[in-house]
Parts: sequence; structure tokens; C-alpha cells
Amino acid sequence: MALAETATRVRDRRTRREAFFRTLRWHEAKWAYLFLLPNLLLFLAFTIYPVFASFFYSLNRWNLHNPMQFIGLGNYTTLLNDPIFRKVLGNTFYYTAGIIPFQTALGLLIALGLNQKLRFTTFYRSVYFVPVVTSSIAVSMVWQWLYQPEWGVFNSLLKQIGIQGPNWLFSTSWAMPSVILLSIWKNVGYSVVLYLAALQGVPESLFESAMIDGANAWHRFWRITLPMISPTTFFIIVLSVIGSFQSFDQIYVLTQGGPARATSVIAYYLYENGFKFFNMGYAAAIAYVLFGLLLFATLLQWFYRRRWVFGEE
Amino acid sequence: MQPSAPAKPTAAMRTHLTRQTPKGYVFWKVARAGVLHVALIVGAVIMLIPFIWMVSTSLKSLDQVFTFPPSWIPNPIIWENYPQALTTVPFGQWFVNTSRIAILVTLGQLFTCSLAGFTFARMRFPGRDVLFLVYIATLMIPAHVTIIPIFVTMNTFGLVDTPWSLIIPGLTSAWGTFLFRQYYLSLPSELEDAAKMDGCSFFRIYLQISLPLAKPILATLGIFTFLGAWNDFLGPLIFLQSKDTKTLTVGLLQFQAEFQGMGNWPVMMAGVVISTLPVLIAFIIGQKYFVRGIALTGIKG
Repeated sequence: MALAETATRVRDRRTRREAFFRTLRWHEAKWAYLFLLPNLLLFLAFTIYPVFASFFYSLNRWNLHNPMQFIGLGNYTTLLNDPIFRKVLGNTFYYTAGIIPFQTALGLLIALGLNQKLRFTTFYRSVYFVPVVTSSIAVSMVWQWLYQPEWGVFNSLLKQIGIQGPNWLFSTSWAMPSVILLSIWKNVGYSVVLYLAALQGVPESLFESAMIDGANAWHRFWRITLPMISPTTFFIIVLSVIGSFQSFDQIYVLTQGGPARATSVIAYYLYENGFKFFNMGYAAAIAYVLFGLLLFATLLQWFYRRRWVFGEE
Repeated sequence: MQPSAPAKPTAAMRTHLTRQTPKGYVFWKVARAGVLHVALIVGAVIMLIPFIWMVSTSLKSLDQVFTFPPSWIPNPIIWENYPQALTTVPFGQWFVNTSRIAILVTLGQLFTCSLAGFTFARMRFPGRDVLFLVYIATLMIPAHVTIIPIFVTMNTFGLVDTPWSLIIPGLTSAWGTFLFRQYYLSLPSELEDAAKMDGCSFFRIYLQISLPLAKPILATLGIFTFLGAWNDFLGPLIFLQSKDTKTLTVGLLQFQAEFQGMGNWPVMMAGVVISTLPVLIAFIIGQKYFVRGIALTGIKG
């Protein structure tokens, strides 16, 4: 009898305790949902919903004013056969390929110079970083003036040493390199700062023991510094690819995609279709192709990451 | 190269080196520093040339601009380009518009992201991990994918061409939420646990314990959100159409359109100087925080 009584009492106590904790958990969850609410509502309305809506638009022909007309994958097949889009894709790869080597190698070179125990390095670092914080529209306008074929600085300086400069932004072969040059100038300070932080994180003891083993500066760079900062290199490459695939501002100001589509990149073509011609469905399809390419490029880089990034299993 | 190696040799090595060739060692040290300084200064000048040329052009008259060889220092200095730039287009209005959007977006993000980051890091509730995974998954999505439906939404609600079309979607970001959550997780939770034991409400824990601890992230996210909103171009280009609602970036384009046909580069450069000055001043004052923030989080400015 006593045993059964104890058993019920224990059970009672347990259920009561469980109930208590359940209320406590529910109390916490209630507050958690409340705290998330402002963030979550905005996130649903301006990220999640648009992602699905965009995909739905891409399956339709739509110019904002007339009702949507469902055409399935029509926009995507049009894209496949669109010669301009093929050119635009090529330009985007050209632009990206032109930027990555400088963003990494030049950034690292400058960071190495700044990583010495010298005076004024903070000042130099700030100078390299100024273009990063300045509006891309403003600096593009300045560069447009630098590139001006007759009176711009570049061609004037070239003329002083007896060279007839190119037409820069007005030449189909020079326009893209000009845009690339501006983008490198604008963004290199960003990799400098990242590399500098990485270099300062390499333990000094590694260099000391390498020196005792007789490694010279060249070897220490290739065998210690470079592997130790490879995660940063990876990070910079991934971010540069993402940034370059979406670059728009400089091209809008400098060339408007011209001359003869020489500088039309995906983001610019998307803007033209969506907000100049109001082909919303077609623009949404381009956006999804851009998204797919970015996803593919990033996954590919993650896949190859362990081949060259130090400390990856 | 990694020439920093000799920069910090062990004490034994230093005495060894200095004893062996005291003069030679000092000479090489000074020479190396000299070469590095020259290289860094040349690089810095190259980086600054566009800014120097911008200021120099903005202080020239039209016929001083079209001369060969180009002169770097305007003679005489022409200040009139600045009043002309300021009176042709409403820079003041654009400045106010830009500030309003940037300030509200920054405050909004700091609030929503710090609160949600705290919730994800410190509170337990059903669906937490799945929901956070969804947030992370959206980090990769380019703005171009979402901007078309956002435009359609804003159009439906009649908010296109008002600052609200840029402010409301900017009030939160998955990236900011992610940053705050990671930061809170990197901190020990003893303080919060103790407060919880003492019966402190969750909101008070957030407000009085967690938020003050997150000052570095508040500063970083604040700076870069503000900068991003201030320099944003695609958004204002699509959403803001009339002259009065424009921000500085799109306004600058309109300004350019009015002067470029005449080739009036001095006035155009004066306009560019006016529009970039606030950010440049802010950067010079707070450069430490900008640089530290980048190193801390790797945000693209």
C-alpha cells in the first residue's frame, strides 16, 4: 500500500515538474517569437517572398501593366538563344577574371609592405582604403574625367612622353580594361585590410624556427606565409567573384554597357530589361541565371577549397 | 616576400648580428626601410591621384582645364564652381534625403538584428535551428533577385518615389542577424544565466546585459549599414524618380547630365567633391573603426 502511494506521489511530482518546465519553456518560446517578430516579418516580406515571386515572374511574360501571361520556361529558352545574353555572360567572366588576380596578388603585395615595422603604416593603410568607402558613382565620375580621351589626365600624361593614348571608354577593346582598372583601384584596399589582419595572425614562432633551420625569406614566404593566410585568400576570391558578378554602378556611369555592348554585364542587362524595357519576366529570368551562376561558382570553390587552403580536412 | 623575418629576431641573434657587422646591419635596416617607404609612397600617390585631380579640376576655370600640358595646381584658384554646383541642383535636399534613409535604415537594422541575434543565440524555442538555417541560406541571394518583386510590392502600395520604398526593406538584414548571433555565441553566457536565475525578464537581459556587450558589432554593423545605404545606387535609381526625392548618388547623375554636354568638368568635379565630402570626413575621423570592422567581420563596404 505504502509503496503504491509513494509511486503515485513520485509520479505526481514528476508530472508537476514537467508541467512546470513546460510552462517555463513555453514562456521562453513566447518571448522568443515576440523578439523575432519585427525581424522575421521584414525578412519574410522582403527576402523570402521576393525569392519565390521572382521565380514566378520568370515563368511569365509581363510588363507590369498588362496581366501576366504564363509561358513556362519560355524566358529561359529565349535567354539561351539570345546572342546579346551570350555576349553579356562573356563580358561578366572577362570582368571577373580581370579583377581576381589583382584583388589577391596586388592586395597581398601591399599588405606585405604595410606589415613591416615601419612608421606611418596606419596612414598608408588609410590611403589605400579611402576608395573603398567612397561612393562608386562619385569615383566613377572622376575616372570618367581621367579617361577623357583629349583632356583627361591619362592621355595628357601619355602625350607628354610622346605616346598617343587609347580612346579608353570609347574603344570597344579598351572599355572593359578601363572599367576593370577602376574596379581594382576602388576595391584593392579591402583585400589589403583583410590580408593585413591575416598576416598579423601568423605566429612569429613559425618564422623563427624556420630561420633556425636555415630557410631564406623566399622560402619562408612560400612555405609559411602563403599557406597560413590561404583561408583569407579563399575568402577574398569568393567575395570578389560574388561582387564582380553583380557589379553595376561603375558600368552604369562610365559606359552604359557600351560601346557596342563591350561592357554589358549581367547586372546591367538585367537592369535594362527590367527597368528600361519593363520586361519583368525576362529580367527575373536573368536574375535567376545570375543566382544560379553565383551558387555554382561558390559551391565549386568550396569543393576545391581543401586542395589548396591550409588546415582543411 | 616575408622580409619581416629579420624584423624580430631573437635576442641572441640580434647580438650576434650586431656584433658581427654593426654598421652593415644598421645600414641594411635603414636602406630596407627607405626602399619600402618609397614604394609605399608611390603606391599611395597612385591611389590618391584621382582625388587630387578631382579637387584640382574643381578649382579651375574652363580654359584652365583644356590646356596641355595639364597643370596640377590651379592658377588662379576659381572658387565659383562650388556655388554654381550648389545652386543648379538641390544638393541640400539630396543630402537630407540620403541622411534620412541612411539613419533610419541603420537604426532599424541595429535594433531588429541585435534583438533577433540575441534570440537565436540565447533563447530556446521550437524551430530555432531550422529558421536560422533559412536565414543563412539567403545570404547568397543577390539583390537583383529580390529587387524586382520589392519594386512591384512598393508600386502596389504607392510607395515608389518615396523614401519609404528604400527604408522599409532596409530595416533588417539576414547578414546583420547572423553577425549578432555569432558574436553573442562567442561570449560566455554566465552573466545572462545569472540574471535569468534572479528572475530578470528576457527583454531586460537583452537590453542591459547583452546589448552593451555587443558594442563592437553595433559599431561595425552601424558603420557599414550606414555607408551601404549612403552609397547605395541601384535602389535609389529604381525607386526614386523625381528630383525632390533623390539621394546624393542618383542626384549626382542628374547633375552630371546637366553639365557633361557642355564639358563643364570643373563644376561637375565640384559637385562630386560636395557629395563625397561627408563620407571622407567621417572616414578620416573614424578610420580606426572602419578598418577594425572589416578585419572583424569581412563585410564588403
